[in-house]
Amino acid sequence: MIVFIANRLVLMALTMVISSFLVFGIMEFSPGNVASKTLGPYASDESKKVLFEKLQLGDPLLVRYGRWAGVLTGLIEDPLADPALDLGFDDPRGHQYFGNFGYSTLFKAPVNDVLWDRLGNTAILAGIAFALIIPLSLVFGVLSGMAEGSLLDRGLSLTGIIFTSIPEFASAVFLMAIFVVWLGVLPGTSTLNVTPEWPLATHFVLPVMVLVLYDFGYVARMVRGSMVEVMTKHYIRTAILKGLPYRVVILRHALRNAMIAPFTVILLQINWLITGVVVTEVIFAYPGFGRMLLEAALFGDIALLEAATVVALTVAVTTQVIGDIGYMLLNPRIRFV
Amino acid sequence: MADQASGGKGATNDVLAWLLDRAHDADNRILEMLYSVVHGTLRWFLLLRESPAAMLGFVLIGFWVFVAVFAPFLTSYDPNALDYAMLADPTPKWMPWEAHWLGTDELGRDIWSRLIWGSRTVLMVAPIAVFMAYLVGCTMGMLAGYLGGWVDMLISRISDIILSFPVLILFIILITAIGPSALNIIIAVTVASSPGIGRIARGMILDLRNHEYVDAAKIRGESALYIMVVELLPNARGPLIVDACVRMGYTIITIGVLGFLGLGLPPPDPDWGGMVVKAKGFISIWPHMAILPSIAISSLVVGFNLLADGLREISMRD
Repeated sequence: MIVFIANRLVLMALTMVISSFLVFGIMEFSPGNVASKTLGPYASDESKKVLFEKLQLGDPLLVRYGRWAGVLTGLIEDPLADPALDLGFDDPRGHQYFGNFGYSTLFKAPVNDVLWDRLGNTAILAGIAFALIIPLSLVFGVLSGMAEGSLLDRGLSLTGIIFTSIPEFASAVFLMAIFVVWLGVLPGTSTLNVTPEWPLATHFVLPVMVLVLYDFGYVARMVRGSMVEVMTKHYIRTAILKGLPYRVVILRHALRNAMIAPFTVILLQINWLITGVVVTEVIFAYPGFGRMLLEAALFGDIALLEAATVVALTVAVTTQVIGDIGYMLLNPRIRFV
Repeated sequence: MADQASGGKGATNDVLAWLLDRAHDADNRILEMLYSVVHGTLRWFLLLRESPAAMLGFVLIGFWVFVAVFAPFLTSYDPNALDYAMLADPTPKWMPWEAHWLGTDELGRDIWSRLIWGSRTVLMVAPIAVFMAYLVGCTMGMLAGYLGGWVDMLISRISDIILSFPVLILFIILITAIGPSALNIIIAVTVASSPGIGRIARGMILDLRNHEYVDAAKIRGESALYIMVVELLPNARGPLIVDACVRMGYTIITIGVLGFLGLGLPPPDPDWGGMVVKAKGFISIWPHMAILPSIAISSLVVGFNLLADGLREISMRD
């Protein structure tokens, strides 16, 4: 068990190092450098060159990556914060500490000032959506999985497939047409700028609906699959034959065993959910992590993009490890392999 | 069951019988393999007729394929031509014989024409991207599963790293860096999807490689390449075909999402996701501009997922 967890943690660290390096490598191909994007289209070549040198973009890839990693782990002071460079960068936390992601050239602020607010907003959105997706998909999955092939199963499965097939931007358009244009009861964007007309709660309704519609069918499918499998087991047959009420068989015997696989699958598929969040945030102009990531990528803001990648990867890989460990804990048969 | 189902198509059976004859005559194992693959696939599609949902999926896909193939005959409007007369009132007339029956967009471009030319783009890029991903993924999976050892170790670790990346973030970073174009979307899909395909293929190969027919081939002195491609791959096709169908759906969503995020094909050529994002600004005045392309992409993806579901059911019954 300990060996297994240690193994996973080492792999996790390796993944983070390689991926963060890859992001640096891929950004090399980006047309137009950060210096010219920061200064805008009307800047002179002279000033672009000065900024290019100040940001030390001319250094080899490995040097820049090493510097970024050093600053992040707090081993070295952020060289870009040097007042002599006159970049106007100032971090109230100091220039050398663990977790220093450097400066965002897009927002012209320390990454840590931008990142965590946005991440918090995303966590709220995703949390509400998750709190609705889980019970909804459990009900759908269990109802359709307990009698495979029945009319109810076919109806629910078809509904699930159709909802997961509709891309989020499409369902957003449909929902906006109904609730914003036709009924006029919800705001069309969710910028979290509260106005007297649209209180805070209304800002969450549409993004949460889009996320739930897109994701619940997917999770319900997994619950269904695992429920179908459990229903074929001998202990279910035994329970039915010894005369237990069907409800008791489902709730006490089937449901518990059917939960093992979906629990881990939900955690393992967190990447799927992250993707959904990014698109939804862009659609509704929600000030969250996903929109920030897209802006950073389009702008070529390497510090912010790296930070976002590291955070997204940490979330993804951590949940995957938790999923693996949870699977072992829930299923005693594979615990000591 | 097999005979009864394939009895439905006389001409196809003749072709298959001919193929089998040639294969036996020449003692040609490659032709024999081709026979079994073509026959098996045909039988699946004949079995599909029993599932109404899968048939609906088939019809939806068929509709868009038809429309994409015959696009020039189905509209008289150039998808990029501006019609200034329509700027005042681009609302649809909904009758196919009317001029601009699905209306125009904010620049006076015919929406029906943009939809059907857009289906061409989607139905070109998505299959090529999925095919490339399969080429790379199956190669990875076969090498890892059949050779094992350090090859397996290396391929599996690389796959793990790519798979732990949130897919869309991978796409955003890749496409913003190398620029939006059809080729780059194909490259990005290949990079992001092949590890998942490789994992399925590897699992299947591990399962299959201990069968007697593999030993027989080895004793015959066949090369590893032959055993992988001719003996193992055709027998692993079931889950791979189902996965390919699901993957087509998600690749279409991905292309749409990239278009929506402004990372799709460069304008002015029609692209469903790009149409939606531009029309979103006009949704309170002319909702049809955003709704119609949304319906188009949703129906195509629903088609692929329904078909995949039907195929999955059949492959489990086999």
